[in-house]
Amino acid sequence: MVTNVTSLGRSGLSDWLIARVSAYVMTAYLIFIVGYLMLTPELSYTQWAALNSSLPMRMFSLLTILSIAAHAWIGMWCVLTDYITVRLIGPKATALRIIFQLGMIAITLLYVIWAIDILWGI
Amino acid sequence: MLNVSIYRYNPEVDSEPYMQDFEFDTQGKDIMVLDVLEKLKIEDPTLVFRRSCREGVCGSDGMNISGKNGLACVTPLSSVVKKNKLVIRPLPGLPVIRDLVIDMSQFYAQYEKIQPYMINDTPAPAIERLQSQEERAKLDGLYECILCACCSTACPSFWWNPDKFIGPSGLLQAYRFLADSRDTATEARLSNLDDPFSVFRCHGIMNCVQVCPKGLNPTKAIGHIRDMLMRTAT
Repeated sequence: MVTNVTSLGRSGLSDWLIARVSAYVMTAYLIFIVGYLMLTPELSYTQWAALNSSLPMRMFSLLTILSIAAHAWIGMWCVLTDYITVRLIGPKATALRIIFQLGMIAITLLYVIWAIDILWGI
Repeated sequence: MLNVSIYRYNPEVDSEPYMQDFEFDTQGKDIMVLDVLEKLKIEDPTLVFRRSCREGVCGSDGMNISGKNGLACVTPLSSVVKKNKLVIRPLPGLPVIRDLVIDMSQFYAQYEKIQPYMINDTPAPAIERLQSQEERAKLDGLYECILCACCSTACPSFWWNPDKFIGPSGLLQAYRFLADSRDTATEARLSNLDDPFSVFRCHGIMNCVQVCPKGLNPTKAIGHIRDMLMRTAT
C-alpha cells in the first residue's frame, strides 16, 4: 500500500468518491445558473441580488464552492504527484512538490474563505 | 519497397538512441511485423528484440508499432503501415536495455505486489477445490492476460508513477484473484489497494483497452475493483 499525507481524503476511494460527487454538484449548479439566466431574459439587479441573498441559494453556492475546492485539491494533487517527482526531476522534487502542494492548499482555502465573505456580504 | 524505421540503442556503443532506416521488400505479401524484424536481423545481426512463440501467446515481442503498442508476431503490416512507412520503437515508459528490449523490472514488481497466486487458508480437499460454472465464468477475460506489458506501457499514469501505480495489467490480475471464488484473501487484497495510487491513479482513459493484443478490458476490471472497495468501505 502506498501512503500519502497531502491527498484530500488520505484514501484513494475517498478522493475518488469526492471527485465524482463534487462533479455532480458543479454540474447541477451550472445547469441551474444557465437555466435561470435563460428563463429570465430581462434580469434586473434586484432580482439577481434577491436570488443570491436567499439562504437556499447561498447554501447551494457554498456547496458548489466547496465542491470546486475539493475537486481542484484532488486534481492538482494528481497533477503535482504525476510531474514533480524524484523519478522525473531528481532529488529536489520532494521539497518542491511539498511547497507547491501546500501553496495550492493554502490558495484553495483562501478562495473558499473569500467566497464565503462574498456570499454572506451580498 | 517498404521503409522501416527502427529505434536503435546500444548503451555500450551509442551515446544516445537514434532511428535507423531499412528498406524491406515485402514481395506484396501481408506478413507480420515480427517476420520483417527477423529478416532484417539476418541483414543486420546487431538488431536486438525479444521473441519466442511467434503466435501471440508468450507475450515477448511487445513493442510500439507505428505509434501503437502491440505484439509484433500478430500484427500484420496492413494494419500498421502508413504511407509505405513502418516505425518500430520499444514499449514506452520503461528503461531501454538495448534496441527494442526494455527492462521490465518495474512492471514485474507491480505484478508481484498484487500477490498473483491463489491464497486459501482452509484445509485443501482430497482432489481439488471445485467451482460452479458461474463462478468459473467470472474469470473469463481476466486469466487470458499474457503479461506482455503493452497495456501498462501505454498508460500515462504508469509512465509517471511506475513504482506506485499498479498499472492496468497488474490490476487485471488483481481482479482475477479478487473474483476467484476459491481465494479467501479478498479483504487483505482490497486493503492493500485502497490508497490514492495503486488503483485510483487510473483515470479511465482506456489506452489499455485500445492496445491489448488479447482483446481484454483492464479498465472494466479496475471498475470492478473500485466497486468492491466501495462495498467493503465503511
